[in-house]
Amino acid sequence: MLKQFFIKNGHIVDPSQGINSTGEIFIENGKIKSVKVSKSQSVKDSDTKKVIDAEGLYVFPGFVDMHTHLREPGFQHKETIRTGTLAAIKGGFTSVCPMPNTNPVNDNEAVTEFILRKNYSEGSCYIFPIGAVTKGQRGEELAEMWMMKKAGCVAFSDDGMPVMNSLIMRRALGYSKIFDVPIISHCEDINLSDKGVMNEGKLSTLLGLKGVPCASEDIMVARDIMLSELTGGRLHIAHVSTKGSVRLIRDAKERGIRVTAETCPHYFSITEAAVKDYNTNAKVNPPLRRDEDIEAIKEALKDGTIDVIATDHAPHHTDEKMLEFDRAPSGISGLETALGLSLRLVEEGILTIEGLIGKISLNPSKILGLEKGTLKAGADADITIVDMKKEHKVEAERFESMGKNTPFEGWVLKGRTVMTICKGNIFEIS
Amino acid sequence: MGADFVVIRHASAGVPYCLSKILKASVINAGDGANEHPTQALLDMFTIKSSKGGIEGLTVAIIGDIAHSRVARSNIYGLIKLGAKVRLIGPPTLIPSGIKEFGVEVFNSIEDGIHDADVIITLRLQLERQGKGFLPSVNEYFHLYTLTSRRLKLAKDDVIVMHPGPLNRGVEITSKVADSSHSVILEQVTNGIAVRMAVLYLLTGARENA
Repeated sequence: MLKQFFIKNGHIVDPSQGINSTGEIFIENGKIKSVKVSKSQSVKDSDTKKVIDAEGLYVFPGFVDMHTHLREPGFQHKETIRTGTLAAIKGGFTSVCPMPNTNPVNDNEAVTEFILRKNYSEGSCYIFPIGAVTKGQRGEELAEMWMMKKAGCVAFSDDGMPVMNSLIMRRALGYSKIFDVPIISHCEDINLSDKGVMNEGKLSTLLGLKGVPCASEDIMVARDIMLSELTGGRLHIAHVSTKGSVRLIRDAKERGIRVTAETCPHYFSITEAAVKDYNTNAKVNPPLRRDEDIEAIKEALKDGTIDVIATDHAPHHTDEKMLEFDRAPSGISGLETALGLSLRLVEEGILTIEGLIGKISLNPSKILGLEKGTLKAGADADITIVDMKKEHKVEAERFESMGKNTPFEGWVLKGRTVMTICKGNIFEIS
Repeated sequence: MGADFVVIRHASAGVPYCLSKILKASVINAGDGANEHPTQALLDMFTIKSSKGGIEGLTVAIIGDIAHSRVARSNIYGLIKLGAKVRLIGPPTLIPSGIKEFGVEVFNSIEDGIHDADVIITLRLQLERQGKGFLPSVNEYFHLYTLTSRRLKLAKDDVIVMHPGPLNRGVEITSKVADSSHSVILEQVTNGIAVRMAVLYLLTGARENA
């Protein structure tokens, strides 16, 4: 670990300070000491210290993924904390928030402590665990949220297993007010989904696969918004995939309800057409939808209805994905393609670069109450340096993640992380 | 039978009221569902008055399962009427909706809620509430809401601690606090007899002679 170093000549984008220009960052003992944006300054003593020349590169606050599956404990054949955090670093993420659907479920302080201890010894980036809302994610009894919060959890979610019982969801949103953390809702009416495996419509009929209607998501978004309004608890909607959800969230925000929302790169990049060849790597929950949903999600990212882009990084073993479509597990390995896919939004003019950095860094930090997503003096030096022009081909075999399950194999993406600085370490990414 | 009094405790709210409409006898509510427990509130206020010399201006914190407590409701009505400031403390899942409109302050943090309190009333936690979604566990409740000696220091030096009984020692209140010099729990029990005698007395000839 270098005690002191500079990052010079890079184009700094930091929405937390309204910075979008060339400048210099001085780092000391793993913390940001100062950020200077005027070009004219020349720090004399910089000659004697290590300098990272970021000429022609962009310098961002490290990305924060508020929706990740690291699979440990319990499913280390899919991913481990070691490999998952390496994948994060490669994708430019310096903080990730693992969901609690491990084995055992992260529904008590002992599991939370295990995850943090494991990351301390083996992880490359910061981890902020998300605890379960209910014991065993069974949707029946509240988990010990306060004790998990004390142990380090930053939000609560039964991700993957929606809380179907409205009374329990009401209590969870109410109870979470004691410590003002969000309840992250995987919005899906399990009964309505009825074991569907892809978006319901012409294509599902053509393929002979069971569909999941958009209403399955929309209904739960509507319910949870109402419960947030009833209780005053903070609600965060995970992985928005439908036009209907967007409409409901927009309306709720206009009415002042405490709701925030995220979507994932696959929901604005590809449609249900990706499952056409029974490609299990495109099987994800909620399922890939239609063009009109993509349009609505892009509009929502633009007008702020959707606050965050999260990866929902869901690695699976290759053997598990090599199954009949309806038997394969859902999920996309997303940490290492998120930036390239999201930069397409900037290219298309949907988001400004500040807007994008807000959605993958500052906004998730604010929602979770993390002191991350900023290059302000005093903050941890979590920094991502990106070559915006560099084109690269997605090759799952080269992922750091053990999960090679991506529907973007072979895609050429523009913009790539070349260096990630985290926990005082400098990772050069080849 | 020509009874003069009917003393009724009932699991359903409103039964004493309905009964009073059809009976000539005096109906004394000894607790109806989660509605009211007037004689408990009277004896609580009598106990406060005996210890503090009055009620007006005092800050009274009530901790625990307000949603299911008839004791809390009767005390809220009585204490506010007599000029006390009433604070309710508990997890949002055990705070009934609309309660702020009764003129009380609501706190989710016990530390904030008992700060500078003159009187603390702890309520019995019905242990069957856990598992129904109100609380994750008694263990977590203990960490968040149990009245311990350490927390008691946040209240005024001469704070008195009350409890309508029976106590779950180590759940809503530690034994150390329940048996401390601040505790007036045993006085409450004694005063209960006097207050209930007075209620009966006032409902006989005494009322007509008054």
